[in-house]
Amino acid sequence: MRFKQPSVLPGFNLAFGYTIVYLSLLVLIPLSALVIKTTSLSLAEFWQVVSSERVVAAYQLTFGASLIAAVINLFAGLLVAWVLVRYSFPGKRIVDALVDLPFALPTAVAGIALTTLYAPNGLIGEQLAKLGIQVAFKPLGVVVALTFIGLPFVVRTVQPVLQDLEAELEEAAACLGANRWQTFCKIIFPAALPALLTGFTLAFARAIGEYGSVIFIAGNIPLESEIVPLLIIGKLEQYDYAGATAIATVMLLISFVLILAINLIQWWHARRHGMRK
Amino acid sequence: MQAVSTTAVRSAATQEAVWVCWLLLTGALLFLGFFLVLPLVSIFAEALRKGWALYWEALKEPDALSALQLTLTVTLISVPINLVFGVAAAWAIAKFDFKGKSLLITLIDLPFSVSPVVAGLIYVLIFGAQGWLGPWLQAHDIKIIFAVPGIVLATMFVTFPFIARELIPLMEAQGTEEEQAAMVLGASGWQTFWKITLPNIKWGLLYGVILCNARAMGEFGAVSVVSGHIRGMTNTTPLHVEILYNEYNFVASFACASILALLALVTLVAKTWVEWQTERQMAAERAAVYET
Repeated sequence: MRFKQPSVLPGFNLAFGYTIVYLSLLVLIPLSALVIKTTSLSLAEFWQVVSSERVVAAYQLTFGASLIAAVINLFAGLLVAWVLVRYSFPGKRIVDALVDLPFALPTAVAGIALTTLYAPNGLIGEQLAKLGIQVAFKPLGVVVALTFIGLPFVVRTVQPVLQDLEAELEEAAACLGANRWQTFCKIIFPAALPALLTGFTLAFARAIGEYGSVIFIAGNIPLESEIVPLLIIGKLEQYDYAGATAIATVMLLISFVLILAINLIQWWHARRHGMRK
Repeated sequence: MQAVSTTAVRSAATQEAVWVCWLLLTGALLFLGFFLVLPLVSIFAEALRKGWALYWEALKEPDALSALQLTLTVTLISVPINLVFGVAAAWAIAKFDFKGKSLLITLIDLPFSVSPVVAGLIYVLIFGAQGWLGPWLQAHDIKIIFAVPGIVLATMFVTFPFIARELIPLMEAQGTEEEQAAMVLGASGWQTFWKITLPNIKWGLLYGVILCNARAMGEFGAVSVVSGHIRGMTNTTPLHVEILYNEYNFVASFACASILALLALVTLVAKTWVEWQTERQMAAERAAVYET
């Protein structure tokens, strides 16, 4: 079989060649530099870096907080998508547009705004402090920032699915005697599940790598509220390139696993709906 | 009158009880209010806390102006380059069938999943003083890391997939019939592209540019690694916000942040407008199909 199917349209070689060259120069070669640099470390050295107490604590915080934030977004995102698709209320278009704010707002700006709100003397932080809850400069602050960053992912992946869901399905369920809750659990939720999982994974992947919005609110206390990307920057500032590279390689591996997970979810979704080519 | 109503076509059986509607709506709006509206409002409130005079003072400061200038320069370089790439990649992927297509799409998406800090780090490893090309660059007196070229590279990396990502599904859905017809009628390749393909994808392209632009202006993590934070030289506006904030100069920090927040709001409005235009175009096309 040949590499490319014949076509009357011109420009494939130029467009394809340009794509490959640009992709290689900007993304693939630099990323492989990271992997090659890591191989200059011996396995023992690599292990010593990534298993040190401070690094392990940072991985635990980054994963834990990202997971909690993604779970919050899973539920809140479904709720917001549902409200935006099913109900009409004044200002709906504005609310719909505003959901993308975390995509549009620079992360550093989001970070200082959230820190000001949740600091012990801030608008929300002060109220929470009376209840004995401290958000800013604690791991909880990391969760708040990551929830903000991940919010649009679930909403924007679930929204089109809810929109395209045929009303006939729900009507049939109602005719067969299902109440609303049963219809939701057995008809609507399964239909939205692949999109929910995709949105969840996207939010999770974004949260793990997030830097700008977190560093202000986290307080960056070693072993308590220090995230992995900050550790990489810390190592770089001490000219410990090998250490930074080792930590970054682990992050890169995790990114690859998550990309694989997203592709698997979409493949599963396509197969279930018989849309495979 | 009921303020909250569901779509008219839905019958009572496929409709939640009114109290459930209200509960869900209130829950969603409260969540969005706390997580989106309050932070947004607080940026402007903090920036204007000490009055307009100090606000203007902070914005007119030379370092703030040069940071804004650098941010705009970097955006103006990186967005067009990624625009050309996005169109080329979408042309190759959407209009032709070849082996390994889905792998190529996955690779193009890669920068979305890589942490911005890692994105900055890889360029330091190549162009930095101790990097692969470091000694050669130093011998020829070329500065990339801790200089503007590094910031442009890092920005190009993080905004790399945006335009291609918008165009590939759009151009795949449009198929190749129109282009084939143009070619059969004797148009050249470029004529076909400028007169057939480009008008068809203009809204998708604009949408991608808007998203790419917003990210390019706001990128923080990747730029922070390669910039070196030299005031008035390699400081972009997001980095300037950080420096001022860490110096406890909150009013100035939030003043610069408010400019970025305004740009974000402009982005949202432009995005909504483009979505609206696309919907209108699609509705017009559907109507045309029904008439014929």
